[in-house]
Amino acid sequence: MIRASRQQAVLALVAIAALLAMPWLVTSDYYINIATQIVIAAILAMSLNVLVGFGGMISLGHASYLGVAAYLTIYLSTHAGVGALGSALIAIGATTLLAMLFGYLALRASGLGFLMITLALGQILWGIAYRWASLTGGDNGLGGPIRPRPFGIDLMNPTAFFYFTLIFLVLAVWLISRFVQSGLGQSLQGARDQPRRMRALGYNVWLIQWLSFVFAGFWGAIAGMLYAYYHQFVSPQALHLTTSAETLLMVVAGGTGTLFGPVVGAALVVILKNVVSAYITRWLMLLGVVFVAIVLFMPEGIVPGLRRLRETMKMRPASSAEASLPAAEERTT
Amino acid sequence: MTAPALEVTGLHRFFGGLPAVRDVSMRVPVGERRLLLGPNGAGKTTLFNLIAGDFPASRGEIRIFGENVTGKTADQRTHLGMARTYQIITLFPKNTLVHNVVISLLGLLKLRFNPLSDIRKHTALWDEARSILALVGLEHLAERTVADTSYGEKRRLEIAMALAQKPKLLLLDEPLAGLSADERRDVERLLQTIPRDVTIIMIEHDMDVALAFADVITVMQHGQIVVEGNRAEVVADPKTREVYLGH
Ligand SMILES: Nc1ncnc2c1ncn2[C@@H]1O[C@H](COP(=O)(O)OP(=O)(O)O)[C@@H](O)[C@H]1O
Ligand SMILES: [Mg+2]
Repeated sequence: MIRASRQQAVLALVAIAALLAMPWLVTSDYYINIATQIVIAAILAMSLNVLVGFGGMISLGHASYLGVAAYLTIYLSTHAGVGALGSALIAIGATTLLAMLFGYLALRASGLGFLMITLALGQILWGIAYRWASLTGGDNGLGGPIRPRPFGIDLMNPTAFFYFTLIFLVLAVWLISRFVQSGLGQSLQGARDQPRRMRALGYNVWLIQWLSFVFAGFWGAIAGMLYAYYHQFVSPQALHLTTSAETLLMVVAGGTGTLFGPVVGAALVVILKNVVSAYITRWLMLLGVVFVAIVLFMPEGIVPGLRRLRETMKMRPASSAEASLPAAEERTT
Repeated sequence: MTAPALEVTGLHRFFGGLPAVRDVSMRVPVGERRLLLGPNGAGKTTLFNLIAGDFPASRGEIRIFGENVTGKTADQRTHLGMARTYQIITLFPKNTLVHNVVISLLGLLKLRFNPLSDIRKHTALWDEARSILALVGLEHLAERTVADTSYGEKRRLEIAMALAQKPKLLLLDEPLAGLSADERRDVERLLQTIPRDVTIIMIEHDMDVALAFADVITVMQHGQIVVEGNRAEVVADPKTREVYLGH
């Protein structure tokens, strides 16, 4: 993990350069908007990966942070008269507080119990959003023109908004990659692999997992704020179990516990969802098929899977020569 | 009078109604080298797990350096100056040896809560980890992955990780088990270099192996202490012979 990081940094730079050049390569707003969706989904998936990949805590409730931050961002600026920056800060702050509470509740259990609690908490939020119509608009959702104009830049322009979200992705990649190598990130990975040993070494495993949970919730909230700006609309769908499951799928498909796996997974899911759904109505089924294929052929996810493939390609000549020897012998006997 | 390093009174632990540790009381003064002997299944590891706080006692009290830790978590006890090794190796197999020791060092530092500071940049930490590996003769393997080392090397790494915590009370669970005669001598020599003010409790189930090490020997059987005393006393006691020959 430590040795791979320089290579990862180079990859990150290349990816960022490609993303920066995106709007020159594709001029259609349609594709730029898809790229924006990928960026937002990638931030959400990366934040979930902190729990799933680096913490070994599988959550099926990560839409909670996306949805709550999105609802708050929109509600505060369209219904409560709070300014754009104020709405965003309050939404992120309050959602992070929510992650503190949810983490406290979910970390009473581990493994399947943890998964069930995150799922249940997410369903409660979905129920509230759906039922408390006077506040949330119920099934109709909440909406309004809320994209801010920071420094007079018009974020209604798709290209400008794409760059706006890209800033947050770069920040997320930077800070999450730092987190992974930090004292807390290393403690989290130790707690994932050997919780008993970690306790004996003086680590408060619960506290370490809780702090990481809150960190993940914070980045989920950032994704939620961007989601609100992008759609300028939010409905209970943002809090729905399928959103949580889709995010988990991005992480697993791309590769848990890798820095860029979730980004690749997010791109895959968003592209399938947008592009393919234009031709195939049952796109969820197709997503299922793709997922099964990944589990069958690259169970560790796309990013580690490709890495493995590249390594076996490199070794192919030597190993095939060896492999042909016993076969030749067999023929002679 | 200073408090003993470890004081255990009336300790019990049941597993589904079956007692693994039954009414164990012992007192280990600071600086003592205590050997915990007994056949397999006697409850030695369970006693260690209770002292370390891996799971709670069903009944009884544990004090470390005079402090009642019965209700304290494992990590809190570690911060009182306790460290342990495991009978069954529990390392971080995908990480390098030096990285394992760094994780051990990190456990007692505030840095473990820092979400931003890259631990690779804390060179003093890695230098210290290397010097601890040197102590157990593994310096040359510092950059090797644990999965690629031998059993004896893993055992020594276990000890290195415990030593990294500069314990005042060190619990060693069969550190010599499965080692070749040469490796065993190395580990025994290593244990001799640990400062005398460190209290050590070592589990061993082979009577002949580690008698020389001990100031006081405690023999356990069926979850209970059957004999306790210095080497001569324990060897002379007929109950010892019963434990070792009677089954
Ligand atoms: N976690 C556990 N669950 C159930 N039984 C256990 C557990 N740990 C130990 N035991 C039982 O307790 C008894 C003592 O085991 P142990 O302390 O490992 O013995 P020793 O270390 O002296 O060989 C054994 O009968 C063992 O099966
Ligand atoms: Mg044992």
